[in-house]
Amino acid sequence: MKILVAVKRVIDYNVQIRVKEDGTGVVTDNVKMSTNPPDDNAVEEAVKIKEAGKATEVVAVTIGEEKAQETVRKALAVGADRGIHVKTDGTLEPLAVSKLLQKVVEKEKPDLVFMGKQAIDDDCNQTGQMLSALLNWPQATFASKIDVKDGKLEIVREIDEGLETIEVNIPAIVTCDLRLNEPRYASLPNIMKAKKKPVDQLNASDLGVDISPRVEQIKVEEPPKRKAGIKVANVAELVQKLKNEAKVI
Amino acid sequence: MSVLLIAEHNNKELRPFTLNAVTAASQIDQDVHAVIIGYNSEEAEKALSALPAVKKVISVEAPHYENFTAENFAPIIAKLAENYTHIVSSANTFGKNLMPRIAALLDTSQVSDIIKVISNDTFIRPIYAGNAFATVKSNDKKKCVTIRPTSFDPCESTGGLAPIEKVDGLEEFVQTKFIKREEVKSDRPELGTARIVVSGGRGMQSGDNFKLITEVADKLGAAIGASRAAVDAGYISNDHQVGQTGKVVVPDLYIAVGISGAIQHLAGMKESKVIVAINKDGEAPIFSVADYGLEADLFEALPQFLAELNKLNTIQK
Repeated sequence: MKILVAVKRVIDYNVQIRVKEDGTGVVTDNVKMSTNPPDDNAVEEAVKIKEAGKATEVVAVTIGEEKAQETVRKALAVGADRGIHVKTDGTLEPLAVSKLLQKVVEKEKPDLVFMGKQAIDDDCNQTGQMLSALLNWPQATFASKIDVKDGKLEIVREIDEGLETIEVNIPAIVTCDLRLNEPRYASLPNIMKAKKKPVDQLNASDLGVDISPRVEQIKVEEPPKRKAGIKVANVAELVQKLKNEAKVI
Repeated sequence: MSVLLIAEHNNKELRPFTLNAVTAASQIDQDVHAVIIGYNSEEAEKALSALPAVKKVISVEAPHYENFTAENFAPIIAKLAENYTHIVSSANTFGKNLMPRIAALLDTSQVSDIIKVISNDTFIRPIYAGNAFATVKSNDKKKCVTIRPTSFDPCESTGGLAPIEKVDGLEEFVQTKFIKREEVKSDRPELGTARIVVSGGRGMQSGDNFKLITEVADKLGAAIGASRAAVDAGYISNDHQVGQTGKVVVPDLYIAVGISGAIQHLAGMKESKVIVAINKDGEAPIFSVADYGLEADLFEALPQFLAELNKLNTIQK
């Protein structure tokens, strides 16, 4: 069984986001970038499945500018076998990403495709579901537990009301929740070894897919700021303020 | 031009956020039709038909629609979409799971989680965990839009009587099988719509200690929330998580206890009307969004808080 894992390079989750003064986006120059956090969970799960002897190969794929390759290298350093970098400049919408991934799936013929449930930059939460639709495969979204069975996966999904369990036939798409596992850290020797693992480069423009944007970003602005609050001295004062000043209890 | 709203329900009743989605849909265009897909869902159909903002209900029933799998729902909605310019649903786990599958079938670039309708093609949506707001214009002929339910008021729920049209379903998608749903039953208000939310974080130190939160929530008639750290640590179940990858809540009063206030948590609660933070670390980022901050040990403060509440003659419910 072969698992393809899609990873995205995003602004690190710890960075305080700053909006550009001209309203064209957020500041990305000299800002720390990392792999999208739930994509790390997707890589970890694929590697664990391989370590359990239930998969033979884990291939990490990313789509983006030259530096996006860093996310593939990181996946290789924690156990992926080889990488694919689909090169493209400019912003891509999830629909375009899923069309490019569809081409990679047609070429690689994986049994499973894993990715994070949502990217923490655009917060779209679309790509896995769209890829499933394009391939007409089952989709197991927001997975917090995966059991590999004979030709099937049993998945526990996190939904608003609690948990849902589904069974999907392979091939399938799984989008991963942060609670799926605890991603490992790459050791220095493994980071060195990862540099020798193969990474194929493809050009998005060679894949015959229309990736032009359909949604125009008109402006990006800072959200309204909250007014500074006060510190209360004790619980009695807190309750008095809530009752008589804020009038919410 | 008209809008197709996807109703969320449990085959008996409408899920509350359907009403918020109807409001957003009517802001895009007054001509709102609503599709309800399920099995033995007559009660929910009637509730949908009673919404005055809904001009027509389309009902699709079949056994394989009973459990709302996106693989079964998407093709029939994509087919019905022929007659509409917009497809709209809530951006909760139901809509997040379903809408992109429809959008891809329609070759449309979806606009997720909007908080404001500017015009029928232009919307505002939060990005980067709500640290920036993007105004976006969709140039697709058909537009697939999910709406953040807490940013729109629920629509009027009675007085309408929209005609109900029955439509046949499509074939079952057999590669996905529903097994079970474990819903956490509770007499408390739902987290997403509660007037007051009391949330605990890593500072609670154990699941048992959450009873301190429960007691205060009981007294206030509040829902219980949690930070991701508290859910990850197993103190409380996932349906309580507030934040970027959990639920977004906008209550009148949000009380954050033992929560440091990572940006991912703030993304889920910073639009609340009044925010209280109780934390022993005076430097915790949660204080930067709190209207009232109490720097204190929660294990002393929560019992005192309960005692002070008990002294009050009346508490708003």
